[in-house]
Amino acid sequence: MNAIDHNIITIVTFLPLLGALLLVFFPRRDRDIRWFALGISLITLLASLHLPWYFDRGQTGFQFEQNVPWISHPVIHYHLGIDGISMWLVVLTTFLTPLCVLISWKSIHDRVKEFFILMLVLETAMIGVFVALDLFLFYFFWEATLIPMALIIGIYGHGRRIYAAVKFFLYTMIASVFMLAAILWLYAHTNSFDFVTIRDAIQNSQVAGFDTAAKWLFLGFFVAFAVKVPLWPLHTWLPDAHVEAPTAGSVLLAGVLLKMGTYGLLRFNVGLFPDEARSNAPWIIVLALISIISGALVAMVQPNAKKLIAYTSVSHLGFVVLGIFSFTQIGVDGAVYQMLNHGVSTGALFMLLGMIYDRRHTYDISEYGGLATPMPVYATFFAFIMLSSVGLPMLNGFVGEFLILSGAFQARQVFGIVAATGVIWSACYLLWLYQRMFYGQITHPVNKTLADMDARERVSLWPLAVAALVMGVAPNLWLHSIDPSVAYALTQFNNGLRAAAPAASHITHALMQVIGR
Amino acid sequence: MIPTVDYIRILPELVLSIFGILAMMVDPVIPPHDSKKPLGIIAVVGVLAALAATAYQAQYYGDAFFNMVRVDTFSVFFHVVILLIALVVVLSSFDYLEVQRITSGEYYALVLFATVGMMLMTSAVELVLIFIALEISSISTYVLAGFRRRAAESAESSLKYFLLGSFATAFFLYGVAMVFGATGTTNVYRIAQVLSTQHSVVVYLAVALMFVGLGFKVASAPFHVWTPDVYEGAPAPVVGFMSTGPKAAAFAVLLRVLFATGAPGWFWLVWVSAALSMTIGNIGALVQNNVKRLLAYSSIAHAGYLLVAFAAAKTTGISAAIFYAASYAAMNVGAFAIVAHLSGRGERYVTLEDYSGLGRRSPLIAAMLTIFLISLIGIPITGGFFAKFYVFSAALQSNLIGLTIIGVINSAIAAYYYLRVIIYMYMRDERTEAPVARIPAGLGAAMAISLIATIYLGVLPNRVLDNAVRAAQDLLR
Repeated sequence: MNAIDHNIITIVTFLPLLGALLLVFFPRRDRDIRWFALGISLITLLASLHLPWYFDRGQTGFQFEQNVPWISHPVIHYHLGIDGISMWLVVLTTFLTPLCVLISWKSIHDRVKEFFILMLVLETAMIGVFVALDLFLFYFFWEATLIPMALIIGIYGHGRRIYAAVKFFLYTMIASVFMLAAILWLYAHTNSFDFVTIRDAIQNSQVAGFDTAAKWLFLGFFVAFAVKVPLWPLHTWLPDAHVEAPTAGSVLLAGVLLKMGTYGLLRFNVGLFPDEARSNAPWIIVLALISIISGALVAMVQPNAKKLIAYTSVSHLGFVVLGIFSFTQIGVDGAVYQMLNHGVSTGALFMLLGMIYDRRHTYDISEYGGLATPMPVYATFFAFIMLSSVGLPMLNGFVGEFLILSGAFQARQVFGIVAATGVIWSACYLLWLYQRMFYGQITHPVNKTLADMDARERVSLWPLAVAALVMGVAPNLWLHSIDPSVAYALTQFNNGLRAAAPAASHITHALMQVIGR
Repeated sequence: MIPTVDYIRILPELVLSIFGILAMMVDPVIPPHDSKKPLGIIAVVGVLAALAATAYQAQYYGDAFFNMVRVDTFSVFFHVVILLIALVVVLSSFDYLEVQRITSGEYYALVLFATVGMMLMTSAVELVLIFIALEISSISTYVLAGFRRRAAESAESSLKYFLLGSFATAFFLYGVAMVFGATGTTNVYRIAQVLSTQHSVVVYLAVALMFVGLGFKVASAPFHVWTPDVYEGAPAPVVGFMSTGPKAAAFAVLLRVLFATGAPGWFWLVWVSAALSMTIGNIGALVQNNVKRLLAYSSIAHAGYLLVAFAAAKTTGISAAIFYAASYAAMNVGAFAIVAHLSGRGERYVTLEDYSGLGRRSPLIAAMLTIFLISLIGIPITGGFFAKFYVFSAALQSNLIGLTIIGVINSAIAAYYYLRVIIYMYMRDERTEAPVARIPAGLGAAMAISLIATIYLGVLPNRVLDNAVRAAQDLLR
């Protein structure tokens, strides 16, 4: 392994932070600051492409690992590494950040320097969450995302921004202390924060007192992640945060921060506690189904376009949770793929809404109508992205939802049937939104003279549109590397089940029932 | 005949006393209405010299003065922490005193004497000497608290602190007397020997009494009631001092009294006090609008977190407590340096309202205060995060699940009021005309020291932690 492979994750993770530090000493010339932030985020993107380029699909387990002792007492390692699951989430992060810089180019005109510093710090923290393989390090990055995001919402947001920022902060903070307690318990009983070590120790039943504590540990992690996802009924912070956040904040929030929750569920809840995951799956899936349906129904009646899109996130992320807890190869594949899709499609939708907000300063759907006439390019982009979000075949959303639904059907038919209705709902609310905003007569005279997308806006959307298309027609480019990692994770999962199962026959029987075979 | 090496073992205290006396002697030479900055510079030099003396002293571990003083990693660690606190406090007082028109030069001398007392508290292993050291530091601090002579609340603060403080030290003294009655000695390590062979009911009472006395000094519930009023009235840099220095020293004494003596029967005292301090401190802070009062309640809460580490006991718990004391000192003294700077003439601007729009008026100060607050919340890259993590980790290793849960829930509650300050600074529009002066050099240095310490402890805590672990081992030896 050469030096680049060895350090690449560190480089990708900390490049944005380095940029942020340099920005601190920048003179307050907004133009230069924007270009600099764009440059740094593009370099990070390029660096991160090293990962999929040199990713070894044949190798299970983690790659590009870096594992050096950081703190000797308690034993904490600076342990980074990726597999096919986290790799693409890292790339998603580095891919969305430059676009966020572009989309904030004009809409952020006050305290520009602070904004881009916060955004770059946030990028480092987000990447860190996906690459950390030491539980302490994971928690470190997890918490580190809080302050920048809360500040981005609170300083640069709209009307009720403070309320939204505090709500976001407190929800996440309170939920994650339970995860902290669980992590500390694991450390106290395994003397390690290392993910792999702990997983192996649990699998080999080397953790004293684990059988009684497992239920609580599982819940500790689960609450932290479920708030982040967000899973009904813990989702109430999300609409507020999204509506009040500036566009770039919404994009990163929906595109990346929510994935931290689903990633955590997959990596830690399923990875560390197979038995608990299995036995708790039914009610979690029920919550996911409620999220899917209620998110969609509530989205449908929103008068505020941004809030509508926010609720679609609840619905779409419900699909991801469903896929994960189907414990089938195809379902988990789909869940991971859907995480990426959602980042692309919903990110793009928020960017599109941000563009119209820059022009009219409102998200009220009733303020629009007939926009297709003055803004044809915008309308086309919107239609394209909307269809990708709906799940039109040939576009990305379809692949993810299809895989997840197949997995759900394999697990239990009724899950699949209920979830499938979610696809119909999503077509309803998005198409209806489109109809109200773009078709018909122009009801407000101001809308007649709205300028269409300019070059910068097009540049910021093209990559997403292309991604949506490519991900729709050639999903194998991604699934290639996702699939083996998921397979490995599920093997570990099943091993864990057998090793930890006290009454094998009973559990197997229950398993058969759940899987439906 | 006392060997020379004994003097080396109290060298930092000696150096600092000399500089304190020097400051008092130079004071009359300066014309009454001139700036007292030269005294401040003497004080800074004194503190730096004492730091050097501490470094030198570190090569001469051992007992001195008939086993009354012990130099080990534990004492050296706390010497460094306390001296750095004093350094930051002195540096941040330079311009504060001028803005407040406080012209008495004794200020610096008192800070130095208080520091001497605190340092001695951490290296003394003889209960009577500990008591004397405690009094040296306390009496200086009582006076310092009343330094804003023109402000009624400062007088109130000083008087309250004095009355309740003397009351509390009396408790401590009672405890010492009872220990002596029960064991026939006041030397901590001899007490340990005696207690290992014999049991006595009186010792339980003695430990409880000493805990009351020290609990007052560290502002842990239920001995915390003085804290908000005293902190509100005292000059802001002094509050920064009071809330970190004596606290660190008193925790050091508490560590000696509880662990080095092997005294029994304190577990539930500490447990209850920890749970109460965290809860009362955090809930009290939720409703404060005065930043100094807010930080006072926060200081109570942090005493609670520290006591959690005490309850965890053993080497891990003790080193967690030591590390926590250091991190708390770094972030809190930094926060108070900024509060002092922003308070303006007569400390008029100390409410949250006065902080609104600070992010725009003075981005640098706001950013620094944000980092200190983030550290107080316990969010990564700061010492506060790691300290809290370490404490709760120690607690869980000792199976203190209940206390850990109370602790983590509390730290989630705490996030809210610290966040409120950040909200006012960045998200509210300016509503007051509270002016922000440029950052003077002294304050700049003070903020830089505490900022670097806070981040250093959060990112590369290894060295300090190693020392904390070694200190804990030394303490138990």
